[in-house]
Amino acid sequence: MSMALDRPEAARRGISEQAVATTLIGALVVALIVIIAIPLWALLSKSAQDSNGAFVGVDNFVRYFSTPALVRSLVNSVWVSALATAIVVPLAFVYAYALTRSCMPAKGLFTALSLLPIFAPSLLSAISLIYIFGNQGFLKGWLFGNTIYGPLGIVFAQVTYCFPHAVMIIVTALRMADGRLYEVADALGTSKSRIFFTVTLPGARYGLISAAFVVFTMVITDFGIPKVIGGQFNVLATDAYKQIVGQQNFEMGAVVGLILLAPAVLAFFVDRMVQQKQVALLSARAVPYEPKPQPVRDYALMVYCLLIGCVLLAMLGVAVWASFIRYWPYNLTYTLANYQFANFEPAGWGSYWTSIQMALCVAGFGTALIFAGAYLVEKTKASPFLRAAAHFFAMLPMAVPGLVLGLGYVFFVNAPWNPLGVFYGTVTVLAVNTIAHFYTVAHITAITALKQIDAEFESVSASLKVPFWVTFRRVTVPICLPAILDIAVYMFVNALTTVSAVIFLYGATTKLASIAIVHMDESGATAAAAAMATCIVLTAIAAKLLQLALDRLVFGRMQAWRKR
Amino acid sequence: MLSRMTIDRPKTGQESGAADAFLVIRNVTKTFGTFTALQDIDLDVRRGEFVCFLGPSGCGKTTLLRAIAGLDQQTSGTISINGRDVSHAPPSARDFGIVFQSYALFPNLTVNDNIGYGLVNQRRPKAEIAGRVAELLKLVGLPEQGTKYPVQLSGGQQQRVALARALATSPGLLLLDEPLSALDARVRLRLRDEIRTLQRRLGVTTIMVTHDQEEALSMADRIVVMNHGVIEQVGTPEEIYLKPETAFAADFVGRMSFLAGVARGGGTVDVNGITLRCADDRGMAAGSRVEVGLRPEAIQVRGVTGKEANALSVTVEDLEFLGSFCRARLNAGGRLELLADFSANLMRDMKVEAGQTLAVALPADALRVFPARNTA
Repeated sequence: MSMALDRPEAARRGISEQAVATTLIGALVVALIVIIAIPLWALLSKSAQDSNGAFVGVDNFVRYFSTPALVRSLVNSVWVSALATAIVVPLAFVYAYALTRSCMPAKGLFTALSLLPIFAPSLLSAISLIYIFGNQGFLKGWLFGNTIYGPLGIVFAQVTYCFPHAVMIIVTALRMADGRLYEVADALGTSKSRIFFTVTLPGARYGLISAAFVVFTMVITDFGIPKVIGGQFNVLATDAYKQIVGQQNFEMGAVVGLILLAPAVLAFFVDRMVQQKQVALLSARAVPYEPKPQPVRDYALMVYCLLIGCVLLAMLGVAVWASFIRYWPYNLTYTLANYQFANFEPAGWGSYWTSIQMALCVAGFGTALIFAGAYLVEKTKASPFLRAAAHFFAMLPMAVPGLVLGLGYVFFVNAPWNPLGVFYGTVTVLAVNTIAHFYTVAHITAITALKQIDAEFESVSASLKVPFWVTFRRVTVPICLPAILDIAVYMFVNALTTVSAVIFLYGATTKLASIAIVHMDESGATAAAAAMATCIVLTAIAAKLLQLALDRLVFGRMQAWRKR
Repeated sequence: MLSRMTIDRPKTGQESGAADAFLVIRNVTKTFGTFTALQDIDLDVRRGEFVCFLGPSGCGKTTLLRAIAGLDQQTSGTISINGRDVSHAPPSARDFGIVFQSYALFPNLTVNDNIGYGLVNQRRPKAEIAGRVAELLKLVGLPEQGTKYPVQLSGGQQQRVALARALATSPGLLLLDEPLSALDARVRLRLRDEIRTLQRRLGVTTIMVTHDQEEALSMADRIVVMNHGVIEQVGTPEEIYLKPETAFAADFVGRMSFLAGVARGGGTVDVNGITLRCADDRGMAAGSRVEVGLRPEAIQVRGVTGKEANALSVTVEDLEFLGSFCRARLNAGGRLELLADFSANLMRDMKVEAGQTLAVALPADALRVFPARNTA
């Protein structure tokens, strides 16, 4: 190579800048391998071992499929998930249609209503259902002797829990409509229904497919709802819990985990395929669709949204209300007694504060790691191979349900060879697991925000001999503050509400609020469980409101440069 | 517009005459997979020169600029700036300032902070930076705008700020990547003059990438015409326009009629049975397929007696009104077709109308002979 030996000062620094970038990306890849890839590998290898750690190939799978009780859970899981999906997707489609394609009033309110379940742990809707239709429920008679404890309750609760996710996906798909197509169809004298079936539905087709897969995966891997309202009805997620926590049968737990991985991985690839097609659907010259008022349709849709919104609100509100009731349903006077958590759980309020502590760690460290990592992947030019590797590992958690990742962590952290074993049961491992669990969505948000920034900023900085980390601090971070805040709140809310990943990982002194809810419900203290869930919901909503306020007030003033 | 300011001349190293090569590019090749974006480029740029890379999109001009900057390194070949081999140096070790079509101003920083961005990193005293920034703002004609944010400025003003930022550290080389393409036509014309004047005053070696031939002709000391990753011709604007060496260069810069023919040797070309005399047949072997090019304004109409070389009788097939002149399509008995520009004056004097027959001459020294292109 014809490298000049008498390289001046600037050249040496330039080389080291490149070296810094390469080192940082290397460190990022190592971190992602440790927190994502190795736990998954641990799960995978565990499923092929016997209890002594010897390799047994597919023996565990053979044993699984020859145990009728376990196979029944698989069948149960599949049909319950399919049914919930078949109900959610059409409901969400009409709701999303109303939000995007009608002129109904109060769209903001209805959007907010549809997102409500996101701020609660999944099992909150199950607790509400128990209060409404359970043994002591005030509408128990509506079930005509059927019991809510079982598939009926699971499906109902899952529908509420998955609804916001389905609505968000379909809304995005419906928004990407070319208004000109509708004008052309109109100009050709096409009937409204024909336009719907030839333009609207095909346009949203990919969104619907994507939503169906996402919902199916969410339902089949969710642990909280079947745990609370499943009764004697076994599903895969509760099986995994019983195998691991109840029977200490780690190998069989690993097998169940891997079976749960299948639909999630399938959903992941379908989603990626669908997204590529969806993008191609909308050309750069498309004009956004603007709905025109049609009073009959608009009011019909509003009534529909109001109905759904009330159900969603009730699924949240009943549990909140019940948490203030002295003794359901016999003594309906109000009390704060259910919030004296020490009376129901040894940890008392401690678990709430542990949750807050963990969620703050996740929001703080997680956001810093994810955003800086996304910057390295998107904006630096060092080592294309390492950057591609980092991006791959960052996208991986999307295909891994929380329960599966949690299992992987159990095997990984408890492995005798692992020096990180000392972290078992600490807030650190809970936080790291949660960061890994929700990494992908935050990573995509960061990448999207970074892509919107002029790609030449780094080139300009290099020409001015300013190293990239100065530009990162002085320009990139300030520009991306709203996205960074968005990621932080997303991480915070999910860290508060997650159950499935952390249920295997907490220690004696680090029981999280969401786990305390499961335990209090298990021991019959449903009102206290509802009370704890209420605390989580209120905290999560407060965090979201704080974000909106910050966005509007502080950033509005601080970031005068955004306005003309 | 430009104030009388003293501004430090770029660091020039050991001066060794005005004609020494400041930038030397040798055998530079750049491939993306199987696609060759640059093929074996050799180019010298003299100190203080203003050079334009001109060509259609995809011709490799931006790739070459980015290779010079070190933003996308060449696959092979060497680049040296001011006598120093920088072929493998990162951008920060190359001593250049760059301006992009998108301005790439940092939106969250004021105009002052944008211009001072590279200075702050040199750890110079605050007062010195402030003084330098004010000086640069005056230089680009934007005094008093320093506390504004980029969004509060017009496109032309933003591009001036980007220019000031690129010049702030007194780089030896200024790179301009289609700096005027995002601007309105009027602003573009004004900024064109300003950049040229500024460049002359500072004497900074400048390379500008553009696809606009008019921009290149009016601004450059020398133009590098590029196509498909190779240099077609390097020359002054006059050379490029009047003596294009390839049919591509002739076609891309200005308008030219092309007539397919066969060289007959001795400065003559046969075009569909019409023999044309050319002052310079560039040594084309007799019998080889050639193209003869003629600028529309070079056709002689006044005072044609029929005795001139290449005198023809043509029919005016069609007239296109273009304001100060008309562009006519002329046909010589179906054997050759030419474009001719007739000034408004000529139109009035000769009462030119469509369908009319005219006697014209094709001046032998205005006919350029090229080897036939494959597509033609």
